[in-house]
Amino acid sequence: MSDILDILLAANFWAAALRIATPLIFGVIGALICERAGVLNLGIEGIFTAGAMAGWMAVWLGAGLWGGVMVAALAGAFFGLIHAILTVPLGLSQHVSGVGVTLFATSLSYFIYRTALPEVSSPPRIEAFQPLNIPGLSDLPFIGTVLFQQTALTILALLLVGVTGYVLYRTPLGLAIRAVGDNPSAVESQGLSVYGLRIGAVVVGSAIMALGGAFLTMSAFDAFFFGMVNGRGWICIALTVFASWRPGKALIGALLFGAFDAFQVRLQTEVGSFIPGQVFLMMPYILSILALIIVARKADYPRAMLVPYFRGQR
Amino acid sequence: MASDASTRPVVLQLTGITKRFGSLTANEDVCLDLRQGEILALLGENGAGKTTLMNILFGHYVADEGTVQVGDGNGGLVALEPGSPHAALEAGIGMVHQHFTLAENLSAFDNIILGTEPLFAARVSRRQARSKLESLMERSGLTVNLDIRISSLSVGEKQRVEILKALYRDARVLVLDEPTAVLTPQESDTLFQTLKKLSDSGLGIIFISHKLAEVLASSHRIAVLRLGKKVADLPTGGCDQRQLAELMVGAKVSETIRPPQEPGAPLFVLNGIWAGQGRNAIEGVSLTLKSGEILGIAGVSGNGQTMLAKVISGVERPERGTIKLGSVDLSHANARVMIDNGIARIPEDRHHDGIVGTMTVWENLASESVRKPENQRFGLLRFAAMKERARAAIKAYDIRCQSEESPARLLSGGNIQKIVLARTLDGAPQVVLAAQPSRGLDVGATADVHRRLLEARARGAGVILISEDLDELMRLSDRIAVIHRGHLSEADPTETLDRSTLGLRMAGHSGADAA
Amino acid sequence: MIRFEPREPASLGRLVLLPVIAAVAALLLAAIPMAFAGLNVFSAYGLMIKGAFGSPFAFTEMLTRATPLILTGLAAAVAFKAKLWNIGAEGQLYAGALAAVAVGTGLIGGPAFIQIPAVVLAGALAGGLVMLGPTLLKTRLGVDEVVTTLLLNFVIILFVQMMLEGPMKDPMGMGWPQSEPITDEAALPKLMARMRIHAGLIIALVAALGVYFLMKRTVWGFEIRAVGENAAAARHAGMPVTATFIRVGLLSGALAGLAGVGEVAGLKGYLTADISPGFGYTGIVVAMLAGLSPIGVIFAALFIASIFVGADSMSRATGVSNYLADLIVAMALLCVLVSGLFLRFKVRFVGVKTVQEAAE
Repeated sequence: MSDILDILLAANFWAAALRIATPLIFGVIGALICERAGVLNLGIEGIFTAGAMAGWMAVWLGAGLWGGVMVAALAGAFFGLIHAILTVPLGLSQHVSGVGVTLFATSLSYFIYRTALPEVSSPPRIEAFQPLNIPGLSDLPFIGTVLFQQTALTILALLLVGVTGYVLYRTPLGLAIRAVGDNPSAVESQGLSVYGLRIGAVVVGSAIMALGGAFLTMSAFDAFFFGMVNGRGWICIALTVFASWRPGKALIGALLFGAFDAFQVRLQTEVGSFIPGQVFLMMPYILSILALIIVARKADYPRAMLVPYFRGQR
Repeated sequence: MASDASTRPVVLQLTGITKRFGSLTANEDVCLDLRQGEILALLGENGAGKTTLMNILFGHYVADEGTVQVGDGNGGLVALEPGSPHAALEAGIGMVHQHFTLAENLSAFDNIILGTEPLFAARVSRRQARSKLESLMERSGLTVNLDIRISSLSVGEKQRVEILKALYRDARVLVLDEPTAVLTPQESDTLFQTLKKLSDSGLGIIFISHKLAEVLASSHRIAVLRLGKKVADLPTGGCDQRQLAELMVGAKVSETIRPPQEPGAPLFVLNGIWAGQGRNAIEGVSLTLKSGEILGIAGVSGNGQTMLAKVISGVERPERGTIKLGSVDLSHANARVMIDNGIARIPEDRHHDGIVGTMTVWENLASESVRKPENQRFGLLRFAAMKERARAAIKAYDIRCQSEESPARLLSGGNIQKIVLARTLDGAPQVVLAAQPSRGLDVGATADVHRRLLEARARGAGVILISEDLDELMRLSDRIAVIHRGHLSEADPTETLDRSTLGLRMAGHSGADAA
Repeated sequence: MIRFEPREPASLGRLVLLPVIAAVAALLLAAIPMAFAGLNVFSAYGLMIKGAFGSPFAFTEMLTRATPLILTGLAAAVAFKAKLWNIGAEGQLYAGALAAVAVGTGLIGGPAFIQIPAVVLAGALAGGLVMLGPTLLKTRLGVDEVVTTLLLNFVIILFVQMMLEGPMKDPMGMGWPQSEPITDEAALPKLMARMRIHAGLIIALVAALGVYFLMKRTVWGFEIRAVGENAAAARHAGMPVTATFIRVGLLSGALAGLAGVGEVAGLKGYLTADISPGFGYTGIVVAMLAGLSPIGVIFAALFIASIFVGADSMSRATGVSNYLADLIVAMALLCVLVSGLFLRFKVRFVGVKTVQEAAE
């Protein structure tokens, strides 16, 4: 018992939790922006892959780390735009379009990677983001380890939570996004463009999702592997529901999730010889399903989510 | 009043508006103008093209032909960019739609200022907006709690928010689409007093209606639309109800007559039914329906009648209370059991609950009885028999469709209602629940629905008629009960009731207070 | 401005033509990545066609590849028809394969006419039960089935890995994580000598006909269609909505499970954790290309299978990545989605001019 407490009180543990949570934070923030505007984006899994591949490849080709981040975001925005056009003005099934975008983004990323690197046995590495070392801050006890020995992308994710919260709840744009996900005709009757808002939200949300992918290849690891996203996108969709579409709760949800994951990794080193490794690997998915079940009854989906809007029809 | 208004500047002019949807012409060469400070009633029955015309004005639709011009404030007129709600708003046109265009997850305040500030501003400037709104509320008498979510406002309050939305944007023209459809008579009176006040301060107002009495009482001028064309445009003074009715419908209107009939024994009894939660719940509703009578249930929308209909339909189970048909206990019955016990249900939202739009007419006609032996054998459908019966029903109920193979969604609202009627009334049910059966139907289709309900009554069925239309209720019902905030009053014989008594009860005053 | 106007029900010709156009469009779009990879586009197409249809072997390979796709395509088609978004066919396929191996490696004895049905049933049942969970979560608790079925895919594949490294590992497998081989009596018979094509194809074709019959001619099919198109109206009309979802979930999962049975008991003979290169997900593309029609699923599966087999062959000849096939398949899904618009609506591109012109 005291072992468990030791784990939970260690700064290293929470640093690991935040590290694991970082791609999820990007993913959940991206997904909640889309869904707040009324569009479910199941393209997320493929957009993660595209962001991971594009960001990594840009750096590998010499773009510089922040250049890679930009390229990843642009790749996400591109696939987001496809999903947005199909589901918003054309009003096609958000489920099927999302799955289509995932298949498209994934296969395109793999194809480009394979075409650029036809015969490599071990994936080439890049010089990834290094942990920050801010004199003073990074040396602070606990907080220094948890927050300021992370890479810049983790700090960016945390900043994005704040910015998204501010935009959604304090600015006219956020007001319009929340309104368009509840009742598009409320937005149109006030002279704003339903399509413009929704397409914009999906594009921006997808760009943010792609950063979660970029984190994988440019911070967590320093190379691109096939199958490296491994369901993280879907987990984000579940966490978005768990977070009731609120940025603050999204951060808490992702952190809890990261903590569980970090905890089970440490547990694995203790009891790994008795329990097959796959049981631990299953945990994130099972946890996500449990999270969905817990909130299912009171989940307050944006009212207009999944419902296409055609002008003049009410 | 009208004469002195005619000297004022024109604030809105529609010229030669034509709009077609496929083969249907919704508006044909409609011309209309509105002067400052004038209240214009746009009268017409359902389907006459009133809403389409106003949607063109507001940029939801683009007219195929014709122009919209608005006053520029200096007595001149400028053309309005078509197809742009934004342009309409900029030009000072405010619109209150029949279905409110409010985001339920936002406060009234947020709904009002939505879109009035630059989208990419760093923050919402609340203080300024609030002081402007507060002075507006004071001047117009439209008071609302600005800070609570729309979802917890009443219908009347939501309508006030909608009007405030327009006023906040300094509208010079206000359009209201069927504004009284969801109000009690007393609330309607208050609304018209407000509109009068607003017009005195220079606002031009168009309200759309099909109710003759309110049009006569509250407008300066009346324009009548029939089948998409403007058939009359006259000052309100000097008009009378009959004249307007004939203009609106075209032919002499024959009123539905409820022949006197002695009701039979009690047939269907609800006792202390509780169901649902929050705004739409019903709390301890009891009623006794006799055979051979029509029991009307009046009420302003959103007072529990939807839940009551769902409970009787078997779609929602009551938490407490009993439902009995004769000696059969139906308290826990689902839709299947209700149907099998001869309870016909006409849902209030016929598109949503009544038909499966993509399935064919014959499939929709059979949808309540697919499991009956006449439609299946060993789980296999008997196509020939089903289609044969469908053709018979199409004939008997005069359902206008290309064939029984047409998808139901292509039919008009009236014909969709006929599918529902044919399907539900087919087995001579003992009890008929008709929820808002004529909502959105034109005069002909409405008359048809009324005739079918009276036929059911004549052969001894009990009919529960839930409606928001007092005229309909008073014409058809033998007795009327009123539902308010989930409570159902005693049913009184229609002869002992008048509109104002019912109106008071609909507003929550008990019968004793009214008397 | 684009305007959509609802159209009369589409003719059969239109129903068939549009997916074909979408498929061709996806193939043509594939020229872009092929050119990007430095291929001669025309010879690449030639190689693909030859790879899928060029010899009896190529053709039977294509049919073999189509077998699981027909079944996962049916799984998606049935579920989507009821608007039950089962994206978990991949996991259900593995569950079916695992059950087939559990039963078919000596659990029960007896002749083929007992063992084969037992293996097939076990696989179908396992797939169905896996889908039952998300279905019940949806109907009882309102948990979105999209996410639960997606996540279960990962759980099940990990579970299969765990079994293959643990209790079900083949002791004779030289340490590879694979199951014991299916016994001869439990294996699905081959359809042709020296070819890999197996009786799973027969199962798939019969399943397609069966689903067609179910949807078209039976009370259950009627209810499935009604629930899918408008669940509220179906409930109001007294149809058993929850039971219908459960039926559909079981059926959809069972069909995907059968795909797994075919792969292990018909093709490979034993189970590994990589028997499916995403047949479950590709099944969604198949179903959409088929317009959710069970008969159409057969043709859509043949088309997708020929792309996979053709691209594999082309890839071997030219060294270009065979992810090209996945790319074409993904583009086919997006294309067919768009083409669906032309089925439901008359799409008219109209200027906003009319009123302005009149004003001038």
